[in-house]
Amino acid sequence: MNQPTASRVEQPLPEARGRLDRILRSELWRPGRWVNIGLPYFWLLLFFFLPFVIVFQISLAEPLVAQPPYSALLEWMDDSVLQVRLNLGNYVLVWEDELYRDAFLDSLWVALVCTFLCLLIGYPMAYGIATAPERWRVPLLMLIVLPFWTSFLIRVYAWIGILKNNGLLNNFLMGLGLIDEPLTILHTPLAVYIGIVYSYLPFMVLPLYANLSRLDLTLLEAAADLGCRPWRAFVRVTLPLSLPGILAGSLLVFIPAVGEFVIPDLLGGPDSLMVGRMLWTEFFSNKDWPLASALALVLLALLVVPFVALQRWQTRLGGES
Amino acid sequence: MARLEDREPIALEAWQDPRAKPYVRIEGVSRRFGEVLALNSVSLDIYQGEFFSLLGGSGCGKTTLLRLLAGLDRPSSGRIWIDGADVTDIPAYRRPVNMMFQSYALFPHMSVEANVEFGLRQEKMPRAERAERVGEMLDLLHIGELRKRRPDQLSGGQRQRVALARSLAKHPKLLLLDEPLGALDKKLREHTQFELVKLQERIGITFVTVTHDQEEAMTMSSRIAVMDAGQIVQVDTPTGIYEFPNSRLVASFIGSVNLFDGKVTAREGDEVLVAGEGGLTMRMRCLQPLALGTPVAVAVRPEKIRLCNECVGPGENRVTGQVQDIAYLGNVSIYHVQVSPERVVTMTLANIHSRTEQTLTWGQEATMEWSPVCGVVLTD
Repeated sequence: MNQPTASRVEQPLPEARGRLDRILRSELWRPGRWVNIGLPYFWLLLFFFLPFVIVFQISLAEPLVAQPPYSALLEWMDDSVLQVRLNLGNYVLVWEDELYRDAFLDSLWVALVCTFLCLLIGYPMAYGIATAPERWRVPLLMLIVLPFWTSFLIRVYAWIGILKNNGLLNNFLMGLGLIDEPLTILHTPLAVYIGIVYSYLPFMVLPLYANLSRLDLTLLEAAADLGCRPWRAFVRVTLPLSLPGILAGSLLVFIPAVGEFVIPDLLGGPDSLMVGRMLWTEFFSNKDWPLASALALVLLALLVVPFVALQRWQTRLGGES
Repeated sequence: MARLEDREPIALEAWQDPRAKPYVRIEGVSRRFGEVLALNSVSLDIYQGEFFSLLGGSGCGKTTLLRLLAGLDRPSSGRIWIDGADVTDIPAYRRPVNMMFQSYALFPHMSVEANVEFGLRQEKMPRAERAERVGEMLDLLHIGELRKRRPDQLSGGQRQRVALARSLAKHPKLLLLDEPLGALDKKLREHTQFELVKLQERIGITFVTVTHDQEEAMTMSSRIAVMDAGQIVQVDTPTGIYEFPNSRLVASFIGSVNLFDGKVTAREGDEVLVAGEGGLTMRMRCLQPLALGTPVAVAVRPEKIRLCNECVGPGENRVTGQVQDIAYLGNVSIYHVQVSPERVVTMTLANIHSRTEQTLTWGQEATMEWSPVCGVVLTD
C-alpha cells in the first residue's frame, strides 16, 4: 500500500504546481491534526488550568462569613478605582505555623516510607508475575487489579474490621495463642501505613510489571555466561534496567499518598496530622477556604518540584543512551 | 568413509588421531521440551583448537546443543565433558566457556567498555589488569574509539564486534558462537568470517559455532556437524561434507546437487554400475559393499558436470537435453537442462569466455558428462 503513494510523491511535478501541491498537502491544513493536538490542550485548560487559577485566586483572598466564604480580589471603589487586594497572609501562616510545617513533613515522611514499603513488596510480586509461565500471567495480574472492583472507601473500611481490637487479626492471633491481649493497631500510625501500602500497592506493581516483562532474558543468560551469579546478575542487570519502572511506580504511589485523606482519617488516630486531613478540616470544619487553598497549592509545589527533577533526570538518562 | 585426497596427509588432524583427547565430549545427550525431543541422543567429540560448526535448518536442535554446552540449559539425559571435567551439572557461571549470543545480548545500560569489562569484574580481576585486558580486546576488534558509547548508538556490525570482544575478554578456552554473523550484510559477513578465522588461529581458542548458513560453515570450519531433527547426520571436514555427503539430506542441504535414482546392477573393482531412469547408465566409484539391486541415488554436483560437444549417442554418465534456463552469476553460469519431461539437470560452467561469446544458449541441445570419481553413491 505504501509503494504507490511513495511513487506518486516522487513524480516530478511542474515547478509551480509542485509548490502549490506541497502547500495544499502540507500538514497544516489537515484538520485532524488540530483536533488531535487541540483536544488534550482544551481538556487540560478546562480541567486543570482553570481550577488551578480559581484555587490560586482563593488562596490570595481573606475568609469571610458569606457566600462564597472569601473576599474578592478585585473591587470597584466609588470613584472608578479598581482595588486589588492580595492577601499573602495564608502563605505566611503556612510557612510560619509549626502545625502546618509538621503536617507537610509528616505527610512526606509517611508517603516516603509507604513508597519504599510498596517497592519492597511490589518488586518481588511484579518480578514473580513477569517471570511466571505465560498462562499464569493474566490470572495473576487479575488478582492485582481485582480489588479495584470494590470501592476504595469500602476497602479502607474493611481494614477497620480487620485491625480493630476484637477484629479479624487480633482474634486470629489470640486464637492461635500467639498473643494474650489484643494489639492496638487501629487508630495508630501503623494502621495508616498498612492502609496506604495496601491501597497503593497495585500502582507500584503494574508499572514494574510492564517494565520487567519487557526485560530481555538473554541479558541474564549473558550475565551468567560471563560468570555472574544469579543474585549479582539481578543487581547489575535487572535492577538498573528496571529503574524506569521503579521511578514510575514510586511516583504513582508517592504523589497520591502525600495528599491522602481518607486513610489517615479512617484508620489513623486523632493525632494523625497528614496534610490531606488538615486541608479537609480547614475547608469544611473551619470554613477557611483561602487557607485551605494555600495549603493545597503548597502541597502541589512540593510534589511538582521532585517530579520535574525526576523527569529531567530521566530525559537526561534517555538522551545519553 | 572413502577419502580421495591427492596430497599425502602430513600430520594427522586431531579427530583422526585415536590418541587425541577430545576437548569437548558430548555423550548421548538428549533434551526434551515437553513432548518435543529437541535433541535425540547426540554424541560428539570436539578437539582443542578446532573451529567446529553445527549446521542445520531451523529447529534441528543446533542452538539447543550450544546452550547445553554453555550451561544455559541442562540435558534431559546424557553427559557433557569439557577439558576432562564433567560439567553436566555445573551452572553457566562456573563454566570455562563464553558465548556470543545471536542477538548479541549487550547490556543496554552499560558502555561498550563496561560491557567488555563485565566478565572480568566477575572474576575479581584487579583494576589495572582489567583495564589492560579491555584495551587489548578493543584493539583486537578495532572498536577502541567506541569505548564510551552505549549499544544503541552502535551499528549492527559494531555491536557484533563488541559482543565478540565481550565473549573473548575472559580468554575462554571454548567460545560458543550462536549465528555470529546472522545479522550482518553479505559484505561485512564475508569480511568478518575471515577475521574470525584469523583470530581463532592467533589465539588458539576452540570455537563452536551454530549456523544455518552453509557457506559460512564451509568458509570457517575445521569440521562441520550437519544436524537434522535433533540428531547429527554427518560430521566431517567441509571438503568431506561437500564432496562425500553420506545421505541425500546432507547432499542437498549443502550446495546444490543432482540426484539420480537407480539400482546397482554390477560391480567392477571399486566401481559400481547403476541403472537409472530413462536408460541412463552410471558408473561410479564406490568402496561401500553394495548388494546388486540395492536402490541408490547418485549425487553429482552441478560444477562436476561438463559439457561434451563431441560426445555422440548414449554412454555411461551421459545425459542429453535442452537448455531451459541460464542464470548468469558473473563468475559462473548455472544451466538448467531438461533431459526428460520430468527431469532437469543443473550444470555450472565457469564463464571462461566473456558473456557475448558464450556458445550454449536457450533451447540448444546439450550433452553432458561426468567422471566416475566426481560424485557419490548414496543409500540413505
